[in-house]
Amino acid sequence: MHTVNEKENQHDELEIETTRKHRSPLQLSLRRFLKNKLAIAGMIVLIIIIGSAVFAPLLTDHDPKEHNLLKVEQKPSKEHILGTDSSGRDNFSRLLYGARVSLTIGISTMVFTVLLGMIFGTLSGYYGGKIDSIIMRITDLFLALPFLVLALTIIALLKKVTIGLFVVIIAVTSWPTLSRIIRGTFLSLREQEFVLGARAIGASDFRIIFRHFLPNAIGPIIVNATLLMAAMIIVESGLSFIGMGIPQPTPTWGNMISEAQGLRILRYHPEAWIPPGLAILLTVLSINFIGDGLRDAFDPKSDRR
Amino acid sequence: MTMLTKQQEALDEKRSIDEDVLVEVRNVKKYFSIKGGILQKTVGQLKAVDDVSFTIRKGETLGIVGESGSGKSTLGRVLIRLLDSTAGQIIFNQTDITNLRQRQIRPIREDMQMVFQDPFASLNSKMSIEQLIEEPLLVQGKLAKAARKEKVLEVLEKVGLRKDDLQKYPHEFSGGQRQRISIARALVLNPKFVICDEPVSALDVSIQAQVLNLMKDLQGDLGLTYLFIAHDLSVVKHISDRVAVMYLGRFAEIAPKKQLYEKALHPYTQALLSSIPTIDLNVGNAKKEKIKLEGDLPSPANPPSGCTFRTRCPKAHDRCAVDRPELLEIEKDHFVACHLYSEG
Repeated sequence: MHTVNEKENQHDELEIETTRKHRSPLQLSLRRFLKNKLAIAGMIVLIIIIGSAVFAPLLTDHDPKEHNLLKVEQKPSKEHILGTDSSGRDNFSRLLYGARVSLTIGISTMVFTVLLGMIFGTLSGYYGGKIDSIIMRITDLFLALPFLVLALTIIALLKKVTIGLFVVIIAVTSWPTLSRIIRGTFLSLREQEFVLGARAIGASDFRIIFRHFLPNAIGPIIVNATLLMAAMIIVESGLSFIGMGIPQPTPTWGNMISEAQGLRILRYHPEAWIPPGLAILLTVLSINFIGDGLRDAFDPKSDRR
Repeated sequence: MTMLTKQQEALDEKRSIDEDVLVEVRNVKKYFSIKGGILQKTVGQLKAVDDVSFTIRKGETLGIVGESGSGKSTLGRVLIRLLDSTAGQIIFNQTDITNLRQRQIRPIREDMQMVFQDPFASLNSKMSIEQLIEEPLLVQGKLAKAARKEKVLEVLEKVGLRKDDLQKYPHEFSGGQRQRISIARALVLNPKFVICDEPVSALDVSIQAQVLNLMKDLQGDLGLTYLFIAHDLSVVKHISDRVAVMYLGRFAEIAPKKQLYEKALHPYTQALLSSIPTIDLNVGNAKKEKIKLEGDLPSPANPPSGCTFRTRCPKAHDRCAVDRPELLEIEKDHFVACHLYSEG
């Protein structure tokens, strides 16, 4: 019957530790995250990958797009650490510059998708009623169509796919999942007493959304955004692998692996496709570890007072 | 035009009689539609509040008691316009607020505040105590920054919290302290009227008394008017001047506290009173007879005909199934809705 077990005179006990720092729930989550070893390992690996993408020009002298038909499919040498591909381009330099493209696509699709998902999820979950019905029917439509088929159809209809266009296509086809998650979180928040309390003091819709809903929904949003980023990197690789992604000669990890479609390269030149494969694996794995770490950090069930 | 002037005249007349009435509720109803079927058609109505009228005078505390499902919380939320009423009129401080738009209602919220039941759910856990208490001032756009801080400190002291609590977050407090924060949040705007929706029912008994005393002291200091909602009569007894007993969306009885506790007329009130546990030191000495109610509260979606209490009433007779008893003034200020006391 009584949910409160603490004694009121805790006040006196607290008097002793008035010097203690008061941490906001967000700070507490961050501390919990920093204690998660797997997530920190993922963080370190990801930082190394991002670092090598950013500092690619310092790490290699070769232009990733420069082909040399006199030097095709060379074995690793001092000049070309990972050999060259079927057009004589340096594999190592393509690996580093490819990280730039893959990460850019991963991050920007994530940002764009989260933005779309947040706008529609907020409208849907906050206002409910007719707006909610309309938005939810649209998401149903998107979710009923297989995402890859939809993306492939749009890409096939377009003449030239640039990175920017690619990001837009992926974001437009993948926001419904996220908007559903945000809508669900908002719906559960809407009935909470503190939201009624905010209404009772006369707070505007804007204030309730930005000051009360979003800070309380930030956990699920960040977690899903991270996992989405990993998924987007896989999508880019997959589409590039079947030649429907970013067109050559732009280096991406998916493009590099697509080289291995040739049986000769697959068999005799593992140095050409194993490194980009490993890079994808490591990036996605570490992002997922970070995502899981964030999930645990934000989950109130793991809360330690 | 003539309609308006007539209304105005009627209001003026009313005003001259009841200068000290702060809240007047006239025949307020709140029905929720029950939707069913594939097409979500309205298949029925849940009468959460069904034709309730009362007034609250300035400085007074009206207690409202009822089982869960009796509509008491809904009534509170309709009064503060968190829910729109289906019918009826709410007059607050001589202004009809029943049909005001949200934008028009904002300045009125300054005078009318609410304290919620669950101190663990009613505070946004992501905000510090300072932000929480300051928020109402910020929303109302009342004071400049420095004056706001001063006001926050002043209210914080009033509810018995200290200055270094400001930077803390709700998870660092116990239930009783959180309820103090909720009270501070409600009082920071200097309201005239505070609706307390079961403010102590989630607290330990020892802390209940502390919070109730605090609320009573604050009422004296600040001249507050309370609508105090609770589910048991013993809590209400401590703080109320008048008490209303609610059953299935209607008032069963409303009377000054003394009269209600000493001479309850409605069988439901009598049953509620006899269920208050007492410490009887003289065992065997005129032991109070306990009236036990049979069955559960009927569904408000499908209330019994006539008197809604008849299904559980030990004194029900034939007429109760047919006629709905009106709330009649039996003695001065003592209203009862029961056929036992109506003539004919």
